[in-house]
Parts: sequence; structure tokens; C-alpha cells
Amino acid sequence: MPKLKRLLTQIWPRVAILVLIVLVWWAAYETRYWDPVLLPSPARVWEVLWSNLTGADGLLAVAYRSVFRLFAGLTLAVAIGTPVGLSMAAWKLMQRSVGSLMVGLQALPSIAWLPLAGLWLGFNEKAVLFVVVIGAVPAVAIATAASVRLVPPNLVRAGRTLGAHGWELYGKVVLPAAVPGYIAGLQLAWAIAWRALMAAELIITGARGLGHLIARAAVQRDTPLVLATMVVIMLVGIGVDSLFSVVDRRVRRKRGLLVSG
Amino acid sequence: MSQKRALQVVSGTGSVSPKLSLRGVSKTYRQASGEEVSALVDVTLNVAPGEFLCVIGPSGCGKSTLLNLVAGLDRPDEGEVLMDDRPVRGPGPNRALLFQEPALFPWMSIVRNVEFALELGGAPRSVWRERAMHWLGKVHLSEFANAQPHEISPGMRQRAALARALACQPDVLLADEPFGALDAQSREVLQRELQDVWLETRNTFVFVTHNVREAVFLADRVVLMSARPGTLVAEHRISSPRPRDFADVLLTKVGVDVHDHLLKEVEGLAEAEEAADTDLA
Repeated sequence: MPKLKRLLTQIWPRVAILVLIVLVWWAAYETRYWDPVLLPSPARVWEVLWSNLTGADGLLAVAYRSVFRLFAGLTLAVAIGTPVGLSMAAWKLMQRSVGSLMVGLQALPSIAWLPLAGLWLGFNEKAVLFVVVIGAVPAVAIATAASVRLVPPNLVRAGRTLGAHGWELYGKVVLPAAVPGYIAGLQLAWAIAWRALMAAELIITGARGLGHLIARAAVQRDTPLVLATMVVIMLVGIGVDSLFSVVDRRVRRKRGLLVSG
Repeated sequence: MSQKRALQVVSGTGSVSPKLSLRGVSKTYRQASGEEVSALVDVTLNVAPGEFLCVIGPSGCGKSTLLNLVAGLDRPDEGEVLMDDRPVRGPGPNRALLFQEPALFPWMSIVRNVEFALELGGAPRSVWRERAMHWLGKVHLSEFANAQPHEISPGMRQRAALARALACQPDVLLADEPFGALDAQSREVLQRELQDVWLETRNTFVFVTHNVREAVFLADRVVLMSARPGTLVAEHRISSPRPRDFADVLLTKVGVDVHDHLLKEVEGLAEAEEAADTDLA
């Protein structure tokens, strides 16, 4: 029973905000102030969402392609960004040189790479992946470096007095101590990667993902499908985020870093 | 600057070679502001094998600096730190250090924390659990072996840190106000436990504190440090038999002496600061 109660307290605010938005939307629709082609009713969007869900080019299949690209890009970004970030934390020279480069790259919206990526790699899936990776690498690198630098010095001193040094100290004390910060960094990185991916898919028509679906539907003035796809993008985002949150909460709970259960 | 002459505190056990020896050790730190602060000046001190030494002094007197130098976490600017007549070059498990914060690894259970010390010490995996449980038993923590550090009380955490330090089977135990952050009751319990453990292990102990009662209860010898620059100014031998009790009248008397002495040091510091202020005015 308490578990059910907790679940309910988790769910009702989410439902409430959803209901509120739909109500406002519906009210706006009912005024007939806007052309229903530009602002369809929530019911119409819901209908389109359901009818386009399955099938070879249904929302689910398209969302699957996008999510697959997200994780492919994120995996690459982690594989590149993590060692870069670690080297930034370890050597001042790397921090000053590569670190500044990462800050610069982070300031650059990753979609700005798309024209160049298209010319280099062709306006295809490779260019999309490139944009995703180049968007997420700086976030991963900067978060990795920060998480290592924020390791409590006392834990490192404890490790050293217990006889750990060099790689052993690094692998058995510094890195495990940096894990919570690293996970927080990944949470940021996936969101950046997801947005870069959607933007890239909007522009590159060859990559048939959720972004492309929005672009195509808009050209056909199919606003219900545009909105339905946007809903799916948000839902996927909430889903991926809760995946990271579960890991994050587990790690924090184990270390006593959660304020309340 | 102060013209105070540093006391040369050398242990009376002349025939035995000292376990630890500081010879004319000085250490200066550069603060973030760029100002240089001399933390220790010309400290000479011997610690005999198996001796329990307490270092006491006002806050900011360089007590922690002294420990860091012995632990090998830091190097002296002048003078040398010797252990078994060999210069200390870096940290090592033969000198375990207890911090004011227990500094347990939060991703490991209590028993894993102790096992980790054994792992780093090169003990074979098969004996980790048994030996870790042995040391946890010594500090009455067997029941909490599988708890995470944040799940137990601060006093228990410090006991776990002690078990971890003991598991290294160090020649020398160094402690930097390990009970400073605890409430009065837990502190007293831990002081007694520490006495019991030490009577069994008889490690050489260098224990830094600003609590006079704690110092006289635990120590064979208490050395007093002055502040800014930190140097040794007095020593008191405490010959009360062990196991000691807080009600020990002799201890109380020595405690008063040390306390008065310490107070004079702090007052001297305050006067010196006042004098400096008038100079500026």
C-alpha cells in the first residue's frame, strides 16, 4: 500500500500538468481564432498519433531509428570524450589547450557543423552522426574533467596513505569517486545529443528519423502529424532521461548522496 | 618576528633508536593570496618505538602540517623527517593516517573499506574477509560490516577508519584530530576504545589534537606547539599506569598544567597580534 501511494504521488503531478496543457490547448482551439489547419485539436493529434503509430514508416519504427542513432552517437561521444576529459583533469597543459577547445566547441551549436559535415561526408546518415558526436563530445569531456577534479581530496589522501599510488590510485580511488559527477555529465550529454540529432534529421532528408518526419509533415501542412511527432520526441526524451535517472539515483543512494529515499 | 627559541624535544629513551625523528624541520606555505605563511619552524622531535605521543596546540599552529610531513604527503623545506633512520620520501602503508573526517570510500561497504587496505597491502584475496572482520571486531563493528559508510553514525565511521588503518598493520599510526568532529559521548567511547586497541597493538602513535583532556588521557608524552610560526615549546610526560580512567586524579592534575600552558601560548599569540595591530595603527 505505501508503495502504491508513493507511485501515485510520483504520477499525479505529471498527469496534472499534461491535463492542464491539453485543456489550455483545447480552449485555444475552441475559440476558432486560429485556422484549425494551423492549430488542430488535441483529439485530432491523438487520432493521428494512434493511426500512425505502427507500420514500416510508423512513429514507432521512426522513433526506433532515431533512438538507435542517439545511442550510437552517444557511445562514440563517450568513447572519445571520456579519455579527453580524463587527460584534461590529469594535465594542466591538456586543460589549457584541449580544454579551451572543448569550451569553444560547446559554445558552438552543433547544428552549425551540418553544412560542413554534409560537404565532407555527404548529406546522409554519416553527417547526422557526425553532428551528434561533435555536439556531445565537449559535454562528456568537460563533465568528465570536472567530475575528476571535484573528487574530495581527503579520499585521495586516504588512498595514498593506504599505499595506493599511480595507476592503482587512479583506477581504484579517483575514478570510482568521480562516478556520480560523470553520470550527471552523461545526463547533460544525451540531451545535447538528442537535440542535435533532431535538428540534423530535420534538415537532412535522407536520414529518416523523427526530425525528418516533422519536416515532411510540415511541407504537407499536416500539422496534426507535426504535433504528434513532437509529442513522441518529448516522450522519448522523458524515457531516456528516466533511464539515466535510475542509474543516477542508484549510485547516489548507495553513497548516501540522496537527500530523501 | 618572534625571537622565541625552539625547544629541542628529544625522547628520553636515549639507548633505543627513535622510530620517528624530525630534525630541524621547517615548512612554509604560499597562500592563495600569495602571502607566505611559515607553518613550522625548526621542529626537532624524536618518537620512541611504541610511544604514544600527543601533539597539542592552538588552531593554526601547524599540527596538521607536522603530520602531513611524517605521512609523506608533503615534503619539508628544511630539515629532515626520518623513520627508522631512513628519510620519509612519500606516503606508505607503514604509516597509517586517520583524518578528522573518516575519509571512508562511500562506494564501498564498511568491510570492503577495510579489505581495500589489505588489497593495497598485497595480502592474498583469500584472507581479506577474515582479516577485515578481525579488525572490525577490534573496534566493535562486526555487525555493521555490510553497511555503507553513510548508514552508520559518525563515531562508527571513525571506528571503521581506525579498523582500516590498523589493517595496514602500520608501524606508525598518525591521527589528525580524529575525534574532533564527534559529540562528547562518542568521543569518550572512542578514546577508551583507542586506548584498548593501542594497548594490544602498541603501535607508535602520533596523535594531534587540541583537546587537553584527550591528550593527557591517551599519551605517554604531550608536546605543546606554539602558533605562527609553529614550533615546539614544551613537553609533559604522563606516567599514569594504563588502562587509564578519566577519573584519574593525576591525569586531571597534568591536564590542568598543560591547559594553563596552552592558554599562555594562546594569550601570547593574542598579545602579539594586538601589538601588531597597534604597529599598523
